[in-house]
Amino acid sequence: MIFTLLFLAAVAVIAGIWLFRQGLTSKPWLESAAPAMASAPPVPAARMGLRVFITVATGFLVLLVSAYSIRMEMADWRPPPQPGLLWVNTGVLIVSSLALQWARSAAGRGDIQAVQDGLVFGGTSAIVFLLGQLMAWREMANAGYLLTSNPANAFFYIITAAHALHVLGGLVALARAGMWLRRGAAIGRLRLSVDLCTTYWHFLLVAWLVLFSLLAFAPSFSWLYAICTAPFR
Amino acid sequence: MSSAAPGVQEVIPASDVAEAELYHPHSWLTKYVFSQDAKIIGIQYTVTALAIGTVALVLSWLMRVQLGFPGVLSFIDPATYYQFITMHGMIMVVYLLTAVLLGGFGNYLIPLMLGARDMVFPYANMLSYWTYLLAVVVLVASFFAPGGPTGAGWTLYPPQAILSGTPGQDWGIILMLVSLMLFIIGFTMGGLNYVVTVLQARTRGMTLMRMPLTVWGIFTATVMALLAFPALFVGAVMMLFDRLLGTSFFMPALVELGQLREHGGGSPILWQHLFWFFGHPEVYIVALPAFGIVSDLISVHARRNIFGYRMMVWAIVAIGALSFVVWAHHMYVSGMHPYFGFFFATTTLIIAIPTAIKVYNWLLTLWRGDIHLTVPMLFALGFIVTFVNGGLTGLFLGNVVVDVPLSDTLFVVAHFHMVMGVAPILVIFGGIYHWYPKVTGRMLNEGMGRIHFWVTFLGAYAIFFPMHYLGLLGVPRRYHDLGEMAFVPPSTATLNAFISLVAFVVGFAQIVFLFNLFWSLRRGREAGSNPWNATTLEWQTPETPPGHGNWGKELPVVYRWAYDYSVPGAARDYVPQNEPMPAPTRAATGQAT
Amino acid sequence: MVVALIMVLVVVGSVAFHLVSPWWWTPIASNWHYIDNTITITFWITGFVFAAVVLFMAYCVYRFRHRPGLRAMYEPENKRLESWLTVVTAVGVAAMLAPGLFVWSQFVTVPPGSSEIEIVGQQWRWSYRLPGPDGRLGLSDVRYVTADNPLGLNPDDPNGRDDVVIDNDDLHLPIGKPVKVRLRSIDVLHDFYVPEFRAKMDMIPGSVTYFWFTPTRTGTFEVLCAEMCGTGHSVMRSRVLVETEVEHRAWLSQQRAFAELEVSGR
Repeated sequence: MIFTLLFLAAVAVIAGIWLFRQGLTSKPWLESAAPAMASAPPVPAARMGLRVFITVATGFLVLLVSAYSIRMEMADWRPPPQPGLLWVNTGVLIVSSLALQWARSAAGRGDIQAVQDGLVFGGTSAIVFLLGQLMAWREMANAGYLLTSNPANAFFYIITAAHALHVLGGLVALARAGMWLRRGAAIGRLRLSVDLCTTYWHFLLVAWLVLFSLLAFAPSFSWLYAICTAPFR
Repeated sequence: MSSAAPGVQEVIPASDVAEAELYHPHSWLTKYVFSQDAKIIGIQYTVTALAIGTVALVLSWLMRVQLGFPGVLSFIDPATYYQFITMHGMIMVVYLLTAVLLGGFGNYLIPLMLGARDMVFPYANMLSYWTYLLAVVVLVASFFAPGGPTGAGWTLYPPQAILSGTPGQDWGIILMLVSLMLFIIGFTMGGLNYVVTVLQARTRGMTLMRMPLTVWGIFTATVMALLAFPALFVGAVMMLFDRLLGTSFFMPALVELGQLREHGGGSPILWQHLFWFFGHPEVYIVALPAFGIVSDLISVHARRNIFGYRMMVWAIVAIGALSFVVWAHHMYVSGMHPYFGFFFATTTLIIAIPTAIKVYNWLLTLWRGDIHLTVPMLFALGFIVTFVNGGLTGLFLGNVVVDVPLSDTLFVVAHFHMVMGVAPILVIFGGIYHWYPKVTGRMLNEGMGRIHFWVTFLGAYAIFFPMHYLGLLGVPRRYHDLGEMAFVPPSTATLNAFISLVAFVVGFAQIVFLFNLFWSLRRGREAGSNPWNATTLEWQTPETPPGHGNWGKELPVVYRWAYDYSVPGAARDYVPQNEPMPAPTRAATGQAT
Repeated sequence: MVVALIMVLVVVGSVAFHLVSPWWWTPIASNWHYIDNTITITFWITGFVFAAVVLFMAYCVYRFRHRPGLRAMYEPENKRLESWLTVVTAVGVAAMLAPGLFVWSQFVTVPPGSSEIEIVGQQWRWSYRLPGPDGRLGLSDVRYVTADNPLGLNPDDPNGRDDVVIDNDDLHLPIGKPVKVRLRSIDVLHDFYVPEFRAKMDMIPGSVTYFWFTPTRTGTFEVLCAEMCGTGHSVMRSRVLVETEVEHRAWLSQQRAFAELEVSGR
């Protein structure tokens, strides 16, 4: 659970700084003055919602990693060889992220055609990524690395599936952005929508890079455990 | 704070308000059933939770029949008994307490108290409720599944939970895990709403430090829940894999009734870590909203500002943060590395300090107040007694070595029922008596309310206080039948029978409450918009019950904190948050530090 | 008035119940009276706090009950008072925690020279294993579990040949000797629980846990399971007989070693 605690510590630091900036030490009963707050919040609600959601999703993935790191210390852990296809998939996901980044800047310029190209390319490459993951699964299964044969395999399937589900969710949001584009929605709305998708895509990419390095290199974390129990020895 | 001249603007003109994405219902169905109005969703959550809670109450009766009068009801065999305790525990903790406090009170109160029109994502909010309802349906379905619901205990410890020595191992456990996953998905949609609404949708002037403590409690609890529930989700997925696909996440090599299973190498302790990483924050997810609500009840009904508001806010935040590093105090005797005991005992006892501060501040709010002993106030007082009692016994169990003899005895059962069963339930009741006039426009009947309070409070205390001593004696929990035990004196049977009888009476008192809810809907006294003379925004709505969008054309503007009761020099003994008042009077008198 | 009175009665009743309750901990039969002492300290501190809090609340309810013309005092906070209360609370908490941690460090440190025994839980009975003359317990694994080898001892480990296996019968222990108890389970979680010994620990399939204690009183003590283990949880019973050294040796000499059991099983 060390990873989870580290993650929570990071969340706590950010939340703490934010709270402090909000005047957590002020004495509200002395403030008789009229409101100073603007009526419109600085960040659109949807963007704040996405930030909170990404935090929650990160927490979920970090917990999976925690479980993984605890389970891997058991005697029966035999990490499977990772299919080389995963490297290709990683490349595809990077391309997907770049395409959306391109769409974002195009939306900033107001270049609708470029936005459309970016969204289509980004979405297609994300679908290719998912298909690639599916093929990687088949490759693993055909090579005899089944879900039940070792917990390391089971974690491989669960972690990739969890990530793929998040990608699927992202595709739904992307499809909605595409719909607005085709309906000719106002540029402000489109900009926000593309912006949110791009942020989420970058999150998916970073999450995948971390998970992939975990699966591909299977580093041992026994040293972390050793550090944590060291004071008691 | 910059200081615009007070009194210039009382409300934000409609033209100044950012367009809210309110969904306007077109039919009865979208208005009351598939509603996107947080108030309706809050009521839906509360009603559903109370309904499923009633099932859990009946289950507790059946358990008490067996414990008080063993063998009287012949259908309660060990398997059924374990199914009852499991479902009772899970329903009460997750599907009742969490759902009412966050889904019910959270939905109804957050937008109103912050001067918002609605939650920021009304559609997701609606989905949240319907997913919750689906989770409840799946849970209830397990009663009718072959083999019945799971009887693994609400902690669902593997390997036991998915082996044949435990009832409900074929369908019950699967439905339970699926239901929990649905609940978590539903809650996450709602939780995103509560958090982002607090962050984004506060009306002009509603700084964080002007928020009522109710909102602080619900907000902090929601943040915690968003971070803690995924642990249960991950655990549930992994256990489902173990159960359905034969993986070995939690399953070591073991012999099941003489047969060697094909599992191997898994770690039952891993589940316990995941479960309690959710399970301990869960205690505070239930407690923090209750803390917040009770603070407001005491302040309103004692006509006095909440004492030490800043300290109260800090304590809520501190408890929320600390509660993530105490989870393994549930595992002192689980066989985890014994050295962790030092760390977790220390963190656990440290958390007692901010909690104690909260108790002191409630008491100091009563001190030199003008205490109206209304029904909500009575429930608040009852909460203080039961919470302090249950909190103090927590100091026994949190102190690692004291936990060794007491763990898994009735002492634990008595402790957590007192502190996270009775205490938050009393707050929920208090809150319902307090806000029912806003929800329906009518007061709940006070006579019935008083009967309900005294029977519930004294009865619950009489049930759980003596139970501690059975635990101290050594009576283990989760025993279908104590049978013959040399160290247990015969008088224990008498005490168990007494506890059961009181439990039946307390249970019946809840019928008075449910009747009151329906009776007062038509017959209750007209409440008016602000029957308690409270300062917070939900009592300042133009209509009661508040209409769709809450505030009519113009949003309120907030000029002061939520606790201006009995301000010296003010004409009335309360000043609503949206009422501007000339600055000098307050600056001169408000600095009592 | 009535409310305040009832609150006072709740305190008086609770204290009275505490004093006259016939339900109190069992007479201790191990060295862990430190645990009882820590509980006593905790009872004093928490009992005082409970009475003080509720009585103060009752006083407030009585003294500041609503009367016409009464107006509450406006006082947002009082830093000095709050700081004092925080410090006093911290001291009280430390007074409970310090002895607790001190005793815990004893609890997890097995004294040198303890004899080792093994307790195995399974649905729904207890088995025990004592080292033979060599004083060492042999290896074990659930994969070796058969009807004749209920504890799954490794037949190839010479250390285990002389181990005494007691399946589904009473455990005998000599008085006054520290015992390290190795705990194993071959199916689900169990917890070896003798109320008079105070100490207990879960048994987890797949790993070995432990605790230690010294029996200090002869007699027969009931063994319960304290970790839910399925439908038979409440009937999973056994007995521990604490006896003098001489009696214990006599009993031990009548027990059969694992090797003999294995032969007779064939």
